[in-house]
Amino acid sequence: MAEILVLVDHVDGAVRKPTLELLTLARRLGEPSAVFLGPGADTATEVLGRYGAGKIHVVDAPEVDEYLVTPAVDALTQIAERTGAAAILLPSGPDGKEIAARVALRLGSGLITDAVEVTAGPDGPVTEQSAFAATHQVTAHVTQGVPVITVKPNAVAPEPAAADPVVEKHDITFGPASASVRILSRTPRERGDRPELTEADIVVSGGRGVNGAENFALIERVADTLGAAVGASRAAVDAGWYPHSHQVGQTGTQVSPQLYLAAGISGAIQHRAGMQTSKTIVAVNKDADAPIFELADHGVVGDLFAVLPQLVDEIERRRS
Amino acid sequence: MKHVPDATADRTFTEDGTTDRASVDSLLSELDEYAVEQALRLAESDAEAEISYLTVGPDDARDALRKALAMGGDAAIHVSDEDIEGSDAFGTSLVLAKAIERHGFDLVLCGMASTDGTMGVLPALLAERLGVPAVTHLEDLAIEDGTVTGRREGDGATVRIQGALPAVVSVTDRSGDARYPSFKGIMAAKKKPVQTLGLADLGIESAQVGRAGARSGVDTATRRPPRSKGEIVADEGTGGVGLAAFLTTKKFI
Repeated sequence: MAEILVLVDHVDGAVRKPTLELLTLARRLGEPSAVFLGPGADTATEVLGRYGAGKIHVVDAPEVDEYLVTPAVDALTQIAERTGAAAILLPSGPDGKEIAARVALRLGSGLITDAVEVTAGPDGPVTEQSAFAATHQVTAHVTQGVPVITVKPNAVAPEPAAADPVVEKHDITFGPASASVRILSRTPRERGDRPELTEADIVVSGGRGVNGAENFALIERVADTLGAAVGASRAAVDAGWYPHSHQVGQTGTQVSPQLYLAAGISGAIQHRAGMQTSKTIVAVNKDADAPIFELADHGVVGDLFAVLPQLVDEIERRRS
Repeated sequence: MKHVPDATADRTFTEDGTTDRASVDSLLSELDEYAVEQALRLAESDAEAEISYLTVGPDDARDALRKALAMGGDAAIHVSDEDIEGSDAFGTSLVLAKAIERHGFDLVLCGMASTDGTMGVLPALLAERLGVPAVTHLEDLAIEDGTVTGRREGDGATVRIQGALPAVVSVTDRSGDARYPSFKGIMAAKKKPVQTLGLADLGIESAQVGRAGARSGVDTATRRPPRSKGEIVADEGTGGVGLAAFLTTKKFI
């Protein structure tokens, strides 16, 4: 079977969960191969093998860390050509999408971004995407070249499948474009003890109704009780109550967790676009007419400062 | 500039899987307004700067150009050709790149994504086609000594990046609030030149764009069934307990 290339998303060899999801999807399409760029491949080998990577293509060149996106484009394009890959899967983030687009342009391939499902079809991979603030479902396929597909986090649950990966090191010819955008400094996003927003099974978000940065401690307390990530609406972020990296919405992070708890969020269209694909949605808001209640599987019209502490106490009581 | 269906309206698809533009009003993509704002700020600090807006789309896409011109700037280019309809990101980026090359440029400013397709790949494709740096997803930017430097919120890290001009730059909705057009600006925009170009002016064959040139196809586009109405209860002192009970039935507790 032909190789399906998966671009590994990692921080110094620590593989991020979306990569394991991509390997799981790649197994449906062919032989999953990981493409690991930068230092730390040794650290990553075990987990990539555990999730079914039969091969790991490694490019450990300084260009990858020193310049934005384009060295990865050179590497991935050349590895795709050398391996005769049948498809290329990447994570749907700013970097992943830009790499995907440029690789597809160079390979003469079609591109699909933000897939939430990928299956094998008679003419190659078939994808599903959400459109128009998740009110529509689109299925599509690539009609030209090697399909290049970016996949949103949480599209599929990662399934282990033991493999003993062969590690292949590649020398890449970096073109002039590779050195075009230099990375002057890099600040990794603070991980903290909570799950990452995009990867979390449960997200607890606060909005305008939280009414102050100091009150986000309550949102965090609910999140920690549920083992959840913390999100925030644009209104809360714009007010400076919580960092932008936690913003859920069309122009923030788009999430689709198993459970989304919206507290003090009215549910403006831009926010809904970022969370509407959540499997179960619950909402607490004082305003009975808040649009968020149109989406909620369970809604409480009430004061979040009364409802949430009681929720935490009741969860603890039920667990003990 | 992209003219898109109003994101707050009930948008839908036509039978062939393209955006239905007839059923709802369209306007300038909100995320492009941030690019306009940054262009205007740069021009305010550089007397030599000239701002031209560029859009691809049917006749009414001129409305997007007029909106941008009302905010400020000098001139606009409208590429319109019925063979462009149905283009994917590759076809659209080809048309834009040819129009940009024809006009000449020092800096191409873009929004981070459109509010309809939301792919967010056009700035990167433009840079690839134009052979210039792609300094993308910036939350702030500064131009100095022929380089553009800015802060980018990437996948797992925030980075400071720098590229030489000419370049393609995209800015996020965090880059600074866009100004509203003044009455004077709206009146002035009516007098600013808008040039119309077709595929022939850009030396593009019809087969390279539109549905004929698209590298992927939509098989189905269906409306999701509305979420079944959930249980909405007024808190009368036990809202938290009720919520915990619901979460227990869903096995989250």
